[in-house]
Amino acid sequence: MSEVLVLIEHSEGNIKKVSLELLAMAAGIGEPSAVFVGPGADAALATLGDHGAKTVYVADGQAFLDHVVVPTVDVLAKLVAEKSPAAVLIPSSADGKEIAGRLAVAIDSGVITDAVAISADVVATQNVFGGATIVHSKVSKGTPVITVRTNSIAPVQSGGSATRVDVAAEVSAAAGATKVVNRVSVQKSGRPDLSEAAIVVSGGRGVGSDEGFASVIEPLADSLGAAVGASRAATDAGWYPHQFQVGQTGKTVSPQLYVANGISGAIQHRAGMQTSKTVVVVNKDADAPIFDLADFGVVGDLHSVVPDLTARVNARK
Amino acid sequence: MKICVCVKQVPDSWAEKKLTASDSTLDRAAADRVVNELDEYAVEEALRIVEAGEGEVTILSMGPDEAADSVRKAISMGAHAGIHISDPALHGSDALATSLVLAKALEGRGFDLIMFGSESTDARMSVVPAMVSARLGLPQMTFANKVVVSGSNLTIHRVTDYGYDEVQSSLPAVVSVVEKTNEPRYPSFKNIMAAKKAPMETLSLADIGLDAATVGLANAWSEVKDFAERPAKAKGTVITDEGNGAEKIEEFLVTQKFI
Ligand SMILES: Cc1cc2nc3c(=O)[nH]c(=O)nc-3n(C[C@H](O)[C@H](O)[C@H](O)COP(=O)(O)OP(=O)(O)OC[C@H]3O[C@@H](n4cnc5c(N)ncnc54)[C@H](O)[C@@H]3O)c2cc1C
Ligand SMILES: Nc1ncnc2c1ncn2[C@@H]1O[C@H](COP(=O)(O)O)[C@@H](O)[C@H]1O
Repeated sequence: MSEVLVLIEHSEGNIKKVSLELLAMAAGIGEPSAVFVGPGADAALATLGDHGAKTVYVADGQAFLDHVVVPTVDVLAKLVAEKSPAAVLIPSSADGKEIAGRLAVAIDSGVITDAVAISADVVATQNVFGGATIVHSKVSKGTPVITVRTNSIAPVQSGGSATRVDVAAEVSAAAGATKVVNRVSVQKSGRPDLSEAAIVVSGGRGVGSDEGFASVIEPLADSLGAAVGASRAATDAGWYPHQFQVGQTGKTVSPQLYVANGISGAIQHRAGMQTSKTVVVVNKDADAPIFDLADFGVVGDLHSVVPDLTARVNARK
Repeated sequence: MKICVCVKQVPDSWAEKKLTASDSTLDRAAADRVVNELDEYAVEEALRIVEAGEGEVTILSMGPDEAADSVRKAISMGAHAGIHISDPALHGSDALATSLVLAKALEGRGFDLIMFGSESTDARMSVVPAMVSARLGLPQMTFANKVVVSGSNLTIHRVTDYGYDEVQSSLPAVVSVVEKTNEPRYPSFKNIMAAKKAPMETLSLADIGLDAATVGLANAWSEVKDFAERPAKAKGTVITDEGNGAEKIEEFLVTQKFI
């Protein structure tokens, strides 16, 4: 059985859920091999093996911290040349897509982005045009390079263990051409990661202020163990940080439950949440287009409905 | 400072987009064609850089004959010249081909900065800037929400999940900008008139030294096998709050086993 390379997304060894999902997807195509770049592999090895990786290729070094995207591409290109895998699967993050694009150029192969499923013969399913059209596509030249969206498949624990294989990482001229001189982090909230969360509670212009996010939206999110999202109107107004914007130019989310509060449902917002499994809407305008996506909607004032709901959810605990 | 901004002509975001049944390519006639709105931020950023010092901004687009309108539209924001790559053989090109054509067209022109939007609103791949950077062997300075040129050095803030990375490179470089960078201007009357007379090169594949057999639908690196409209979602329940809105949502969440 051919290997399928899976690029592991992690922060200092803390594996992102999407990486484990990709291992499960890879198992449907061939033998999953994880590719782990940067520091922290020791802590990750057992988890990767337990989720189906037979081999973990580890490339560690300062290069992955000092330079953007390219060092990872160099490692993947080298592994593709050596192992001739059936496919390379990469998480559909901003970095992941760029890694996929450059890798495709480097190995002269086709690239498919934002797949939600991949069949045994490597046909990818994509939801395009904001989810309105389902497309099946296939790479016709070279080794398929495919980026996969978070929450497309459930991780599978197989109880296996992985063999570690170290890969040398050099800094190529292309990698050295950019240098990260400073890394700036916004404060972590302790809530689930927005792109991975099973439940997302979002607020829009109707929330009215940053105070509204703190006193109305965040408490509902916390009662449900959810991540907080925001529309562009809310992030542009400075009510909530840009990192939490959902939509065309923000995050794409596909949670089990999306609760949209005071969001009208502009096409750019829907582009980022349309494939959510269940959608609940609170909006005072019965004509807001977001109601078209609602499995359950309430026409009403979020400032009374949402706190009441929060109290009810908390009372059930 | 010589800057080139790559802009794509796309169907209007607000219109319904469709694929053509015969060959699974984008049905460009089904919706109004506009400049990819995310590319306007790149044009704006290029104009600001040139206005703060000196230099010229050129607009480059690959696309069918009608894409010339989008090149003029982008020029009318205040750019100086346009390059339009148009060839029947390009129909159905994928990202590999698009990046190849753009890179070929850019080669040897001596641009200090090659700028892009962060994503095309139709393809939504966010890969073309990185691919062009790889093909030209120039630093990849992408997803910038701040761009600072100082002499022959470039610094950007690359937007990340956790905040941003401050990244440096030398010029020439490939830059893509995100929509938080600036507020694109509206074309002035003066610039709309100037755009009509701005120099425009219209080039075929042969003109940029590419063989038609390397691009287009038949030579694409990936193919659409089939597509279907997603079945419309069954209409959900919508109620009007009469003091019981929260209670009704609670009931719904219980039946769906969320709480
Ligand atoms: C290039 C580009 C990229 C974009 N990218 C994104 C993106 O990534 N994400 C995104 O979200 N948008 C994006 N947009 C913006 C998008 O077009 C909309 O402007 C935006 O989504 C509107 O946000 P909103 O729904 O919060 O605000 P509005 O459209 O103003 O809607 C507010 C809603 O709140 C309701 N409301 C008000 N008060 C209350 C109340 N007390 N109780 C209940 N309901 C109330 C109103 O009825 C209304 O429906 C983009 C636009 C452009 C041009
Ligand atoms: N045909 C094209 N002509 C010129 N620029 C393009 C073309 N296609 C994509 N681009 C540029 O590449 C960016 C990213 O596109 P994409 O990778 O398709 O999401 C766009 O914002 C444009 O700046």
